[in-house]
Amino acid sequence: MTEQVRLTVNGVAHEITVEPRQLLVHALREDLGLTGTHVGCDTSQCGACTVQLNGAAVKSCTVLAVQVDGGSITTIEGMAPEGGLHALQNAFWEKHGLQCGFCTPGMIMAAADLLAGNPDPTDDEIRHGIEGNLCRCTGYQNIVAAIREAGSTLRAGAPVPAGAQD
Amino acid sequence: MIPAAFDYARPTSLDEALVLLARGAGNAKVLAGGQSLLPLMRLRLASPGQLIDIGRIAELRTIRDLGGGATGIGALATYRDVLDSELATRNHPILATAIPMIGDVQVRNRGTLAGSIAHADPASDLPAILLALEGTLVIRSGNGERVVAVEGFFQGAFATDLGQDEILTEIRLPATPDGAGMAYRAIEQPASGYSMVGVAAVIGRVGDSIGYARIAITGAGNVAYRAMAVEAALLGSDGGAAAIEAAAAHATDGQVVGSDFNADAEYRTAMAQVYTRRAVEAALAAID
Ligand SMILES: Cc1cc2nc3c(=O)[nH]c(=O)nc-3n(C[C@H](O)[C@H](O)[C@H](O)COP(=O)(O)OP(=O)(O)OC[C@H]3O[C@@H](n4cnc5c(N)ncnc54)[C@H](O)[C@@H]3O)c2cc1C
Ligand code: FES
Ligand code: FES
Repeated sequence: MTEQVRLTVNGVAHEITVEPRQLLVHALREDLGLTGTHVGCDTSQCGACTVQLNGAAVKSCTVLAVQVDGGSITTIEGMAPEGGLHALQNAFWEKHGLQCGFCTPGMIMAAADLLAGNPDPTDDEIRHGIEGNLCRCTGYQNIVAAIREAGSTLRAGAPVPAGAQD
Repeated sequence: MIPAAFDYARPTSLDEALVLLARGAGNAKVLAGGQSLLPLMRLRLASPGQLIDIGRIAELRTIRDLGGGATGIGALATYRDVLDSELATRNHPILATAIPMIGDVQVRNRGTLAGSIAHADPASDLPAILLALEGTLVIRSGNGERVVAVEGFFQGAFATDLGQDEILTEIRLPATPDGAGMAYRAIEQPASGYSMVGVAAVIGRVGDSIGYARIAITGAGNVAYRAMAVEAALLGSDGGAAAIEAAAAHATDGQVVGSDFNADAEYRTAMAQVYTRRAVEAALAAID
């Protein structure tokens, strides 16, 4: 048995045919080719698969594709403006908020949820906000610094440097 | 891992869901936020033949004012919805301080309170909180509606009074006495974040002494329970350090305290007492 699922991903409308047991993360990675969303565990604990569903961070390995029919999803690929970096991406780069980078897409999507509701979080609030995301490399210090920095950039409304990845 | 194959239905009304559930007779499971059920299915610890996704039943999404300080929390209200609800957090401030201790942001964005109660994980936090608030549960089946107390609903680990053809539709929280202070304190398993022991306390003063006390504990016995002996010891006391210490010593009275690889019974018993003391102190400090 398969189901038709309509979903908007990073502003683009898609219609896919999936088995009901298809997890959202696999629909994104395999049906839509958006491999920036990672799978790091089998137990819903690591947060590498975090995306935004209708504006809220969710673990896409713990959501069925059929559950999001009609929904709107933002993945890490949808964060950056054309030719630039999102403030969070830029801050992770500047503050060395990553080493291997495996956890980074999920960290950024969870951080985006945090900053949307709390633009000026304390370090404790940042740590609480990324509680559902595990990083095996950095020790978190620089991730916290990066999120703090991105918050201040976003509060200042400063434009994110275009082509900052060059 | 990917769950075993199942049939999927997404009813848009409660009545339709109840018909499907009755027809599914034991083979069908309700899917709400999926934060407990999908992890189990991914590990193939559960393989239901059919999922009935209640996620689009608008009538279950509400958080209602039941008047006089009471609140109705619909089955689809997520932890996040409740945290964002001025009504729920004003009527029951313990929700605002305790819910952020449950899971993580992503889990709170999807997971429902009703789903946690229906799932009845013995390590879950909410049972203690609802017991201390003296919550009731509205349960529907094709045969009608019944309202039961949270107390008595849990029958064992992952076992409840809920029948296979029933849906929990609303959690009702009655008003707490004016000026009561409430708090939840838990010792978490550091890796999973689940509570090894969690204690909810709702306390009111009459003059200089404690006139109202509801203490409930999760993680210590095989189901969450009201710690009646602690309540009895607190009532009429001055709420000073010695009285709290003496009351907290009764935290596990009458319970068979469990042991597992996280904590043996002796440690759990000790932590139940420590966290009872902390929850009571915090609740007293929150009285206004
Ligand atoms: C990473 C992680 C960390 C977590 N940490 C904690 C924690 O620290 N403390 C804690 O208490 N919990 C924790 N949880 C569990 C979480 O609180 C529950 O998973 C969630 O609240 C369950 O709600 P749900 O809507 O997702 O339920 P589902 O997963 O959809 O359903 C759970 C069960 O309840 C049944 N069910 C659901 N709704 C109804 C209904 N209305 N009527 C009848 N049956 C129903 C389902 O059939 C299923 O058996 C954690 C979960 C995860 C994934
Ligand atoms: S892949 Fe680990 S939480 Fe989703
Ligand atoms: S940078 Fe390697 S897991 Fe976080």
